[in-house]
Amino acid sequence: MSKNLVIPIGPQHPSLKEPACFTITLEGEKVIEADIGIGYNHRGIEKSCESRNYYQALYIIERVCGICSHSHSTCYLSGVEKLAGVEIPRRAAFIRTIFGELERLHSHLLWLGVAGHEIGFDTLFMYTWRDRELVLDILAMLCGNRVNYGINTLGGVRRDLEPQHIDDIRRMCAKIEERNNYYVNLALSDATLAARLSGVGMLSKEDALKYGAVGPVLRASGVKSDTRRNDPYLIYPEIPFDVITYDSCDVFGRVVVRVLEINESIKIIRYCLDNMPDGDIIAKMPRKIPAGEVVSRYEAPRGEDVHFIKANGTDIPERVKVRAPSEANWHSMAHMLKGDYLADTPIIIAAIDPCYSCTDRAITLNNAAGSKRTDWEAIRKHGIEFYRNKGVDVSRILLPEKINY
Amino acid sequence: MKKKIPGAIIKTAFPTIFQKPATVGYPFEPLKIDDDYRGELTYDAEACIGCSMCMRDCPANAIEIINIGTKEDKKFKAIFHLDHCIYCGQCVDSCPKDALVMSNNIELASLDRNNLKVERE
Amino acid sequence: MEFFQMLVFPGLIFLSVYSFALEYFDRIVYARLQNRQGPPWYQPIADFFKLLGKEVIVPASVSKLWFKLLPVFAYAANLAAFLYIPLTSANSLYPFSGDLIVVLYLLTIPTLCFFLAGYISEGVYSGLGAVRALTQLFAYEVPLFMALLAPAILADSWSFAGISAYYSAHPIMMLVNIPAFIIAIIAAQGKLERTPFDAPEAETEIVAGAFTEYSGKLLALFRFTVDAELVVVASLLAAVFLPFYASNFIISFILYLLKTVFIVFILAVFKGLMARLRIEQIVAFCWKWLIGIGLLQIVLNVIIKGAF
Repeated sequence: MSKNLVIPIGPQHPSLKEPACFTITLEGEKVIEADIGIGYNHRGIEKSCESRNYYQALYIIERVCGICSHSHSTCYLSGVEKLAGVEIPRRAAFIRTIFGELERLHSHLLWLGVAGHEIGFDTLFMYTWRDRELVLDILAMLCGNRVNYGINTLGGVRRDLEPQHIDDIRRMCAKIEERNNYYVNLALSDATLAARLSGVGMLSKEDALKYGAVGPVLRASGVKSDTRRNDPYLIYPEIPFDVITYDSCDVFGRVVVRVLEINESIKIIRYCLDNMPDGDIIAKMPRKIPAGEVVSRYEAPRGEDVHFIKANGTDIPERVKVRAPSEANWHSMAHMLKGDYLADTPIIIAAIDPCYSCTDRAITLNNAAGSKRTDWEAIRKHGIEFYRNKGVDVSRILLPEKINY
Repeated sequence: MKKKIPGAIIKTAFPTIFQKPATVGYPFEPLKIDDDYRGELTYDAEACIGCSMCMRDCPANAIEIINIGTKEDKKFKAIFHLDHCIYCGQCVDSCPKDALVMSNNIELASLDRNNLKVERE
Repeated sequence: MEFFQMLVFPGLIFLSVYSFALEYFDRIVYARLQNRQGPPWYQPIADFFKLLGKEVIVPASVSKLWFKLLPVFAYAANLAAFLYIPLTSANSLYPFSGDLIVVLYLLTIPTLCFFLAGYISEGVYSGLGAVRALTQLFAYEVPLFMALLAPAILADSWSFAGISAYYSAHPIMMLVNIPAFIIAIIAAQGKLERTPFDAPEAETEIVAGAFTEYSGKLLALFRFTVDAELVVVASLLAAVFLPFYASNFIISFILYLLKTVFIVFILAVFKGLMARLRIEQIVAFCWKWLIGIGLLQIVLNVIIKGAF
């Protein structure tokens, strides 16, 4: 083949759970160039927070991501509480920690399943999702929702942990630990897993730092970095746990880091259950937050989550800025894809546990007159032009006369 | 390093064939829903004082409280837009009189969007 | 009478019904392996009829005739191969010396049809799928031939009837062919494009491989071909490696069902155990391991043949 083949993966593709466009240039089956286009899933979350009060914004922020919903809401709340000068009760901090770790459990199990599916190992996918269901059942029992828990509120948490729940959580932990140890064994003993994952998506320690990778991707490149340890929040300063690192720098390392982190999370949950103090679960919060700016950090399952909040003394935030962990990991993607096989593209993309809608930001289109307002027709024209340059003609698609929202 | 063999999962997978499946044939078999699961809202018109705290805190504008009585003899009616509702339960927390409670009814799917706008008195 | 046999048993209608049944069995075993409930028994038929009701879209720049003919060719080749395989007695419908070789060649045609279908579709995914299908053909075809010819060498006959006659006389010799049987099972997995050898239609990489541009009735026919291939390959393995039959037709028929279900069960379990290999790993594995063991088997069989 003299000409290089250009393959579009996405915006709609079976291996992507959300829309993003990867333009892969191939030489045979080898990737020689990768171009990443994101922004198909922009929802204007930051803007919509600016027209809602702090309580309403909390639920919007919780829906930045379906999987790390607790991470985003806790990160946002710790900022707001700092601005208001409110210390949350100790018991509330314990409950938030337990939820954070339960979230890490189900996020990592979900990722393990997705990774299995991307390399065609559907049995692993089904098993891990079956086990993840145990965690989700516990979460539904504790807070009444399966994914967007709605456990956090300004000044504390909304539901208390009952004694009978604690037994259920312990039972679940024991089961997950047993199953997880099996997955650790499997990852280390199955030859096809090793064949598909080892040496794939290499990201050296220097590159990981250069591209600003976070979370398990960074730790799998051998960098001991975890916000829970570097900049502890809630009750993490007193919890003994290990920061898992692995120095193989490939997708296999990311698998190992995640499965071992599941065990650490179980350790943390057990510590919290053993040392849970009595007391209130909610502190009194003012509805109006005093003016000020704050940056808060949180170790989400996918990496470090950063929120910036600017308050202006009313009950509505002036600015909320979310830096989701996936956004930090995107930058190393093109580097990781280069030089590997096309067959490895899905697993490399999946290995950062990408969350597209967390990442997508607004693009402002400027027309010739310099005005910032762009009407519908112009956006459509731009879209058609954009895809024509990629070799796809969408101008023949007819629009309905009136769009009903 | 352990010796790597292909298909190491067989020891667990083969016995699984003869075990009971973990999935449930949901619409035909009942699903276990916890009692305090956050499902459809219920409304107690007697308890409601019309303070509209719920309307103020609802992030999705899914709830409306309307006075259907006179100015002196107030009587309230609630309109729930279940298609907007995100089932966060903030209205339940915000209500000072416990007039709003969440039930564990989650089977609200409907083919017509208008069916999801429900009025409660 | 002959026309009736070609149409009903062991012909078209039996092949259709049995391929739905075996697809169901394959899917339910795979589901139970994964601790799932699995589909109801009518799911393969429901899928087929649902696809029949869908619109057929032929890409504008593609030769319409070939695009529509290839699924038919693929299915016809399968049916033709099926007619030469003995099911319930040592003789197939049209036995002749050398029918084993003919069946093997007929079985190559569906794969070539998949390749051509992907190649003429002119899509990037179908093109890649087509190239991978052809590459894989070169990887599994040689070990599959070796594994199937080893028992034939021992029986000193290229026909199913001859193989059956030899192994009925020396049933203990069937045990000699166990390595060849394992190779044949693995190569069959490649032939049928199932995990871990499903790179040609790896859904997470190249959507549906060669079938990406196909839709509606044509896709239904291709899916049907893949199901039929499962029956044909299972019957072929049963005829070569388990060549014993009963004199009574009913008992013999049940025996045939048991043999094929057993083989499909192995194939289904195999599918659930591994990750998908990359195409270059498939080629390396097939040439390094399967062909090596296949050669040893053939040498062994030649030695045994000379010794006894």
